[in-house]
Amino acid sequence: MSTVVKSRGTVTIDVESCKGCDLCIPACPPAVLTMSGPVNKKGYHYPELHPGCTGCAACLMVCPDYCFEVFRFDVPVETEVNA
Amino acid sequence: MTVATTDRTLMEGSEALVRAAILADCKFFAGYPMTPFTEVLEHFAELLPAVDGVCINAESELEAVGMAWGAVSAGARAATGSTGQGLALMQESFSEATLAEMPIVIFNMSRSQGDYFQATRGGGHGDYRHIVLAPQDVREGVEIVQLAFHLADKWRNPVMIYGDYLLAHTQESVSVEKVDFPPLPPKDWAVDGSTSGTGHSRTVTSLGVAKPGEREFGQEGKAQYIATKMAFLEREVRSESGHCDDAETVIVTFGSAAKFVKYAVAQLRDEGLKVGYVRPITLWPFPMDAVHDAAVGARVVGSFEISSGQMVDDVRIAVAGAAPVEYIGGVSSDHSGFGLGRLLDVDEIRERIRALHEGRPQPVVPGYEEFSYEPLPHQLEGTP
Amino acid sequence: MSTTIPLGPVLDTTVAPGAGARVVEPQLPRLLFTNTHHLCPGCGEPLAIRALAEALEDLDLVDTAICSLGIGCYTSFSGTVDVELVQALHGRAPSLATGIKRMQPGATVFTLQGDGDMVNEGLQEVLHTAARGESVTCVLLNNGVFGETGGHMTATSVIGQRTKNTIDGRDAAYHGYPILIGDLIARLEGSAYVARGSVHNAGSVARTKKMLKRAFETQRRREGFSFVEVLTMCPTGWFIPTSEGPEYLSSTLGEVHIMGELKADGVIRTTEELHAENVRKAAELDAQLARGGLED
Repeated sequence: MSTVVKSRGTVTIDVESCKGCDLCIPACPPAVLTMSGPVNKKGYHYPELHPGCTGCAACLMVCPDYCFEVFRFDVPVETEVNA
Repeated sequence: MTVATTDRTLMEGSEALVRAAILADCKFFAGYPMTPFTEVLEHFAELLPAVDGVCINAESELEAVGMAWGAVSAGARAATGSTGQGLALMQESFSEATLAEMPIVIFNMSRSQGDYFQATRGGGHGDYRHIVLAPQDVREGVEIVQLAFHLADKWRNPVMIYGDYLLAHTQESVSVEKVDFPPLPPKDWAVDGSTSGTGHSRTVTSLGVAKPGEREFGQEGKAQYIATKMAFLEREVRSESGHCDDAETVIVTFGSAAKFVKYAVAQLRDEGLKVGYVRPITLWPFPMDAVHDAAVGARVVGSFEISSGQMVDDVRIAVAGAAPVEYIGGVSSDHSGFGLGRLLDVDEIRERIRALHEGRPQPVVPGYEEFSYEPLPHQLEGTP
Repeated sequence: MSTTIPLGPVLDTTVAPGAGARVVEPQLPRLLFTNTHHLCPGCGEPLAIRALAEALEDLDLVDTAICSLGIGCYTSFSGTVDVELVQALHGRAPSLATGIKRMQPGATVFTLQGDGDMVNEGLQEVLHTAARGESVTCVLLNNGVFGETGGHMTATSVIGQRTKNTIDGRDAAYHGYPILIGDLIARLEGSAYVARGSVHNAGSVARTKKMLKRAFETQRRREGFSFVEVLTMCPTGWFIPTSEGPEYLSSTLGEVHIMGELKADGVIRTTEELHAENVRKAAELDAQLARGGLED
């Protein structure tokens, strides 16, 4: 069964600046950030984005290393997600 | 209200020094009351507002020097001051402000000449120096205060005025006139907020941290930079010598004590004794050459100070074996411990110089025999 | 209202979206030269500094700003922030700020100090600067430890807090009680705006930024001394994993140094009075975020 997930916004993530603190993960209200499997050059896991971002910028506000840039789409992007 | 008085007016030393500071365009003062410095603070409080200046009674000496540091960083001419004990509290800021190249002027109204080490060696951390100017009286003080502000800005370095109870509290007939100095570059480095956000915001720091585009000192580089700068300050050495050409006995003396010594030397010369003097005007940089030159033809060099002997160390360094050096001063104070005591007497001083000249032992400081320290047996055990 | 979104595929976050999208928040505030710094993972101080930089920009005060900086981990930001800077000694920033503001009354002068700096070494300075009503803004980054020297007790460490010199937890009988500096300052007549914020979650960061703006506005209107305390995470100094920082903050420091405005518009409130109000505000902000963003 699949659902259509609306992304009102998106982010860019400066992966090499991330120090793997994990603070963005619980900060994201729709919970669409997860920490990666691979590590960056410093050896830290970094956040990855899934569909459903609202562009609220909570992740940006709690990131001590200023890794995020936050955008909002003029028209929300729809993604089909399999359960 | 005019601050300059071209007619001679009777006023106490503190007031004359403060009027001189205001003539030098000092716009900020912060201090904490402490005898015999308190009147300096009082006169600044009274006189600064009329020239759009600010005088703050700081909560302690620590904050007083901090406020002056802030004021000079913002481009104003500013000063702080105290006496020995209060200056002791300011030492961390004195050394750090030197590293930050802050042109703070410091009014030291000391309780004796025994704060010489504190002033010239500095009680703060690290390789730093302050120019220390020691006026002999109020008239010279008026010029020296203005010179202090000039030198502080010229070198971007703290400058201290070493005075004492007599200087601060003696009423003299003095005319406070402006002294002119060569022009100095504008203070582009001083903060006013205007460069924030431009990519080239100003930084005033003792640390080696740099913003992009600024010179990257690092802690080691900063230490090197300031240590090598101190050598250049030695060009500001100043002293006065008298009767040294044929002197057999030379007395080195500074500050208020020097006026008494000079008078005694004049009296001895009238008797035919070949005595001379060297008076450092800068305690740091110490006039090594002037003292050495005076010592070369002499039989003996004496250091006269109101203390147990501090400048005598610098005299020995300067003389460098050209003649024997002896200490002919002593601890001397009054009941309250504020002033310069019984040893500040022309007759006393003249007889001490005469004893040195004639190779006799020094008289004991009058009234102090009963207070000489007597060591306990365990303190003498095991040492010669 | 929250429904769990099923987790879709990982999206490309390496390039900005092209046409059809606009920037909500840039990666770096204008006043930061770079995002590179050497503070620990999970440190709360960069969050406070970002809020401060944005506050100055929002109020159009950038070209008047002068910072008198204390000594602590945050000192390294002296090479990173594009604000005129005068570096002070530990505890001494308020006296420097006083001298700067008196000689440059048109500038927006603020201090940035840690709790060890301001409440230990410099307690006298900040209290007297407030009492004199100096028209400056003192900003306290409070993580309850001396971070830079390795995590030792300060005057704001709470009872039971484990630090390098209170390894079994701060014990009132031996180590005394924490100082609630905001309450002390609020009682001084020279202070006009006193607030306590935090950066343990996005809602708190937003609230703190508002406090900083109100503080700067207080300074511009020459109403008196302004003060903003910001609780920050220090997982290194607290000896916990970074992910536990926000929870540790709100359950330890946050239970004693309560968020809120202690003095504003002439009204003084105590730390105790603020506690109930916080519960209400936190719920409100969570709801806004869930709806898709915070209102400015």
